[in-house]
Order: sequence, then structure tokens, then C-alpha cells
Amino acid sequence: MWKRYAAVLPANPWNWIAVWRRNYMAWKKAAIASILGNLAEPVTSLFGLGFGLGAMVGRVDGIPYVAFLATGMVATSAMISATFETIHATFARMHAKRTWESALCTQLTLGDIVLGELAWAASKALLAGTAMMLVAATMGYASWPSVLFALPVIALTGFAFASLAMIVTALAPGYDYFIFYQTLFLTPMLFLSGAVFPVTELPDIFQKLSHLLPLAHSIELIRPAMLDRPGGSVALHISALCIFAVMPFFLSVGLLRRRLMS
Amino acid sequence: MQLLTRANVSSSPSRRPESNPFKQECHGHSNTDNSLSRSKSDVAIELTNVSKSYGDKVVVDQLSFTITSGECFGLLGPNGAGKSTVSRLVLGLAPPDEGTITVLGEPVPARARLARSRIGVVPQFDTLDPEFTVRQNLLVFGRYFGLRTRELEEAIPSLLEFARLESKADVPVAELSGGMKRRLTLACALINDPQLLILDEPTTGLDPHARHLIWERLRSLLALGKTILLTTHFMEEADRLCDRLCVIEHGRKIVEGRPHALIDEQIGCDVIEIYGGNPRELTSVVGPYAQRVEASGETLFCYSSDPEQVRLQLRGRTGLRLLQRPPNLEDVFLRLTGREMKD
Repeated sequence: MWKRYAAVLPANPWNWIAVWRRNYMAWKKAAIASILGNLAEPVTSLFGLGFGLGAMVGRVDGIPYVAFLATGMVATSAMISATFETIHATFARMHAKRTWESALCTQLTLGDIVLGELAWAASKALLAGTAMMLVAATMGYASWPSVLFALPVIALTGFAFASLAMIVTALAPGYDYFIFYQTLFLTPMLFLSGAVFPVTELPDIFQKLSHLLPLAHSIELIRPAMLDRPGGSVALHISALCIFAVMPFFLSVGLLRRRLMS
Repeated sequence: MQLLTRANVSSSPSRRPESNPFKQECHGHSNTDNSLSRSKSDVAIELTNVSKSYGDKVVVDQLSFTITSGECFGLLGPNGAGKSTVSRLVLGLAPPDEGTITVLGEPVPARARLARSRIGVVPQFDTLDPEFTVRQNLLVFGRYFGLRTRELEEAIPSLLEFARLESKADVPVAELSGGMKRRLTLACALINDPQLLILDEPTTGLDPHARHLIWERLRSLLALGKTILLTTHFMEEADRLCDRLCVIEHGRKIVEGRPHALIDEQIGCDVIEIYGGNPRELTSVVGPYAQRVEASGETLFCYSSDPEQVRLQLRGRTGLRLLQRPPNLEDVFLRLTGREMKD
């Protein structure tokens, strides 16, 4: 059993790049539309929510509400982008489009393919998060150069959420099942992680729960970096995100082996 | 590169491996020292008592066979006989429940990746990437084998030539005909300069022109010394290409041998096909003069070493159409697996 699992793990540290490049090649053809979409989304959500709610709310945690929301949305957009890439596009490549099937006939292992897909989803998350950050920067909510620290965190956030979504992809019989993941996992996380209002507003038990959520850790890193405010427990937050990136990866490879290679 | 295009050599048993037309691109592998490690490199695939079940259904049942380097080995069987599962087992894409599999000297599935780096696969259903052009498909697939873009750009023109797709290099795959797609799949399977090709029904669904072109390409690959495991239920294909073949049914081996030896051994006489008339009644008329008589639908297959006698018995009957012919692999296949549809 373990021997068989070991045989499908990534074969070397670079095999995944071929899978990433395949996805990049396909994406490149519609890159402009993708980038415009990535920019349009934050503009609408920040203007709509930020100014509308911002006028009523005023300041939160000692900063304007728009700044609070924008920094939360950077992490959220990375989460959403990585998740949707994995449960929709990756699922299609695994399932209907047979892209994985041809890759599995080569010297790539299943682990190489999964890793390449996760890296690709993380790249798209980085793109979406950076777009959100650029919009926030034009509004004056990105401090130079501390904002640069947010970039690797966005990529790590993307990787962690892609990795979590890969478990769902491995288990879902079809697209219809992804709705459970969105409504029961992602949406609650959005409200429990301090993306749209401070965690301190929550009842005590939910505040404790938020320590277990990857999005909360991501926001705790990105918000101080963007606004150049002191952030605490950096090592803890990064470690938490790393755990969410790594553990689900190994679990999903095992689940996908059972699904595709039995 | 002319080697590939001119190597339209007949599939006689005296094939000699010629020098390889594609540059040896795969890292760390060499298929040149055949003479040094003869015994090991002579066996391309070895299955020993392999079994595989899905739930209660036994798909492969105590199957053993050995494929020698440079030969074309056919795996024949009716739909659902377990042929595709055998391909998956050989590639390490499914673990066997029992038995051992060795492919190109590597234990499978434990070290299947290393075996796969020297294998080319033509799957039953095309897995080409519809988002890309012909050239891009080869590029993407080549990168899966760890090949560099520069190496691939050098190798792609000769592969396009081999697949007769030179003029289609920048055409999206979605615009190709079925035959072209199959040829591109074959070209993709050759991108890593494999020693072994696993072809799963490579010509199913193709028109005769496209099919003959694929067969000719496959023969030229055999002439280059490649080993082929060919899965098919197409008897003409097996007859034309295979040095040896094995018929399986319900995952079990029924018979194994050289095509013509099997025809002699299993049939060994002419076949008269009789159309029109009542098969049951005709059976009693020609039965005494035939080794065996089989009815399939409205056709009677009469195996007889004395066909003149059979014809004599039927003389004077109107509405009958007779076709006398030498036996072929299809007769062997149908004899072994039964003329009537089973499911």
C-alpha cells in the first residue's frame, strides 16, 4: 500500500513544471480577458462595498473601512481564484478533458501532475491577489515597500486553497458537488476570518475557531504588510498556511490515486 | 530522418533493428547495448500470473505472457475481455491484485515511471489537447517527458513528416480529421523515442485509407526495431502486423502463437460461407463432409478439407450463395470466442 503510494508521489522537484507550462500555454491565449477580469472584479467590489459601507461604518481597527476591506479582499480573491481554478478547470482537465490521462502515460507521476496543477492555481491566485492589491494601491492603501511582503503570502494562500480544493476535486463525482464546498466552507470562512469585519466582533467561540482557518492567517499577514502596520506571530501564520498547503496535497494525491489508478 | 520515411519494410520475421532516427532524447536511458545484456533486454514485457478484479468482477485472470524486444505482439479479445486493463497494468496505471509485471526491465507498478519514460502510448480514445495546435500538442507532450523546448523544436519536424502532418503543424487539433488525429496521437507517442509502443485499438473508427496509412507507419516502426504491444479486435490488423498474438476472453488466455500457426492449428482447411437458406437444415446436409459447421445469424460457416464434396451436396439448390476462401484469423477468433453474440 505505502509502496504504491510512494510510486505516485512527485518523482523529482522539477517534473511539475511541464504541467504548469501546459496550463500557462492554454491561459496565454485568453490572457487579456483574464487580466481584465481580475482587475474589474476588485474595482467593482471595492467601490461598491467599500464606499457604500465605508460611509456608514467609518473607521475599523483604527483604519478607514475601505482600507480594511481592501486588504481583506486581497487574501479573499487569492482564495477564490485558487479554489475555482481547482474545482472547475482542474476538475475538467482530470475528468472530462482527459488532459491528465495523457500526462499519466508519460514519465510524470500523479503527484507531479497534482503539484503542477496546484502551482498553476497558486499562480492564478497571485495574479488575482496582485490585481486587487494594485487597485488598493491606486486608492492609497498599499505602503511601499512593505507591500512586497504580501506577494509571497498571496501565492502561499493560493497554494493552500488549491491544495484544500484538490481534496474536493478528488472526491467529487461531478460539478454539482462543489456547491457544498462553497456554501459550507468558503462562505463561512469569509465571515469568520476578518476579511469584511474584524474577528474581535465575533462571539468568543468563533474567534477561537478563526485560528483554525487558513484565510484568517493569510489576512493576518497581508493586512499589516499592505498598511505597514506591526503584525504579530508571523512565523505562526506562515507555518499554518504551509500546513494547509502541504497536508491536503499529500491527502489528495492518495485520494486521486484511488480514483484514477485503481 | 529519411530513414523513417523510406523504411516501408515488409513485416517479415527477419526484421533487423536499424539505427534510430530520433535522437536519443530521454535522460539516462540507453537502448543500444542489446548485445551486452542480451537476456535482460530481450524481454520487453513479462506478465506472470497476473490477476485483477474490480469488485466481484475478475477482469484479468492468471494471465502470463512474454513479449520479446522488437516483436509486435497482438492482444486480441472481444469487447470487455480485459484488453485495455492489461494495457493499464503494463503502464503501471493500475496495480495488479496478484502476479508480477516487468516492463523494459523495471518492476511495475513500483518503478513504472522509469518504464513509461521509454514507452509510447496510443490510447483507445484520443487524449489530444483540443485547445492546442498540432505542433503545440507535440510540444506539451514532449515536455511531459522532461524534454527541453529546443530539443523538441528539432524533433517535431521529423515527427510531423512521419505522421504526414507537415502541412497541418499550426492547425488546431479540433479541425483535424479522425485519421489525422490518430496519426498525431502516434506522433505524440513517438516524441520520447520509445523502445516500446503500446497501441490500444489504434485504427478503430478510421476509414480504410487512414487505416492503411497507420499500418504502414507501424510497420516502418517495427522495421526500426521498436517493440509493439497491439490491442485490437480487428483481425486483419493483427494478421498484418503481429508476429505473435494472444487471444484473451474474460481476462484469461485462450491461445497464443504466431498468426499462421494458429490458423493452421485451429482451422487448417478451407472455409465455405453459405448464405441464404435455412442454416439448420443445411447443417445436416453438409455436416458429414465437413470437419465443423457453425451457424452465425443467417450464414453457415463450413470448415472442410474437401470443399468439392460440400459444393456437390448443395448443387441444384437455388437461392444459395457460396464463398470459398482460405481460413483467416477471424475464423480462429470466432471459433475460440464463439460466433454468436454473447451479450
